[in-house]
Amino acid sequence: MSLAELTAPWQRFNYGFLDESAKREIRRKTLKAIAVPGYQVPYASREVPMARGWGTGGLQVTLTLLKPSSVVKVIDQGADDSVNAVSIRKFLRRVGGVAETLDTTAATLIQSRHRIPEEKLRADQVLVLQVPDPEPLRAVEPDISEARHMHADADYGLLWLKLYEQIVRSGRIMEGASYPSLVNGRHVISPSPIPRWDVPKLHQADNLTILSAGREKRIYAVPPHTDVAPLAFDDIAYRVEDHAGIACERSGVKGYFLNELPKGGGASVYEMSDTHFATKHIQKREGEAVSFGATYYRKGSLAR
Amino acid sequence: MRATPLPLARNAPQLVTAAPLLAMTGVAKRYGDVAALTAVDVAVHEGEVLGIVGESGSGKSTLLRMMNLEEIPDAGRYTLDIAAHRGANLFGLDRYERRMLRVREIGIVYQNPHDGLRMRHSSSGNVAERLVITGERRFGELRRRAKDALIASDFPIKRMDRPPAELSGGMQQRVQLAKAIALEPTLLLLDEPTTGLDVSVQALVLDTLKRLQRERRITMVLVSHDLGVIRTMADRVMVMRRGAVVEEGLADQVFQDPQHPYTQQLVHAKL
Repeated sequence: MSLAELTAPWQRFNYGFLDESAKREIRRKTLKAIAVPGYQVPYASREVPMARGWGTGGLQVTLTLLKPSSVVKVIDQGADDSVNAVSIRKFLRRVGGVAETLDTTAATLIQSRHRIPEEKLRADQVLVLQVPDPEPLRAVEPDISEARHMHADADYGLLWLKLYEQIVRSGRIMEGASYPSLVNGRHVISPSPIPRWDVPKLHQADNLTILSAGREKRIYAVPPHTDVAPLAFDDIAYRVEDHAGIACERSGVKGYFLNELPKGGGASVYEMSDTHFATKHIQKREGEAVSFGATYYRKGSLAR
Repeated sequence: MRATPLPLARNAPQLVTAAPLLAMTGVAKRYGDVAALTAVDVAVHEGEVLGIVGESGSGKSTLLRMMNLEEIPDAGRYTLDIAAHRGANLFGLDRYERRMLRVREIGIVYQNPHDGLRMRHSSSGNVAERLVITGERRFGELRRRAKDALIASDFPIKRMDRPPAELSGGMQQRVQLAKAIALEPTLLLLDEPTTGLDVSVQALVLDTLKRLQRERRITMVLVSHDLGVIRTMADRVMVMRRGAVVEEGLADQVFQDPQHPYTQQLVHAKL
């Protein structure tokens, strides 16, 4: 038996950039992550033509899930038009021959940095979140092997202690992004640095959410219809950002998550963070035919 | 050591008739060539304070760590008379069960507060963490119960949100004590709780311990090399040397009329 018979024939390029064995490994680790919701599965994070910290984890999962009929949307802090988002989208088109879109409702595969779109994701859509730091216990337990023991024991007392002390010291919980959340009543995850506004969107969602950290080499997932509960005391309600009453400067629409843009003289204006959603509102105002998906929030409060 | 048991009197005290709360039999442990414990038997009855004395290296702290299930011996049985694990050898529990048992049923105060406290977190938070682990999720309730426990251990309540790192040694021991009693444990273990404190603070901490013992009838095991502390606190005394129990009896009896040469030496060596 010769070497040539044992190896796959040489090709200049493999579909979806990653080689098949790499994709196979990521698929298997993703399946494991789905089977144990919230559990961080280690994987061999491969090199992609992008620096660590720019979404390599998310990109590897996206490349693995790619097929020619995919329609991809890439979000960077809510925006579709940042350099990073545009580059990743272009890359996905070049290596996968996929269609690009800005519209959440048209996408089948959404890779996102730090936001979940305002329009409700459906069962046929997959959300891939880029994660800089997958370990919710990092801030309270710097020793990773100890943190893994704590996950195994479901010992999250230290996280509660942190929240307790924030209330004692500041009168409210100070966690902004990556709010620690209990998945399926078992594992606490860091839901990547999405704002508090987005965490309830994960609870009993119709879509699959995969979270992947390239530098830290961890994949975890929130499967469809899974309980996700942000850690909160029974007598102090979990609060999302106070954005419901403020109108978006571009579109004039109220009731969605906003970016604050500081202006001279201490003033600031607000723009909707989900830029294409705002654009659709503007298009509608100008008489174009646009279709909106259902939204997670209605009139500024969670619709369930 | 003990002669054949005499037939029980009709009104024999509970100490003789009731099953002990804590029972350890044949506990042995070796570290390489060193025998830390050789076939030690311990029995502690409900509401009793057992003092364990002995020189450094006599195995008394090892024994206490085993009572706290931090360490598992090479041989021996350990039972606690509690509903969930009655009659079971606690050394056979897995890691998770041991941890939950430790949280729910056993409180411990270490000689070094660094072993028992999170020094950079608030004192009340240290106590609250224990309550959180058992599933308390109401902030108001956590705060109230942490405060109650701290008051019970005579901690100055104004400083309840300061981290132990900023407090004096005596205060740190009180925080440890509050943490240990917050869940009203079945068993309270004290490992040299007043060693390293100056004499006046030591007296105050002992006062607190005595008051708690009187009010709550907590079962305690107290390890100390200080005979004065043992004499103040303990109902019954176990004298250990080289990993074995050399003498055991009521505190007064052992101190007034020591039988074993080592105990005699120990009692007479006291300043």
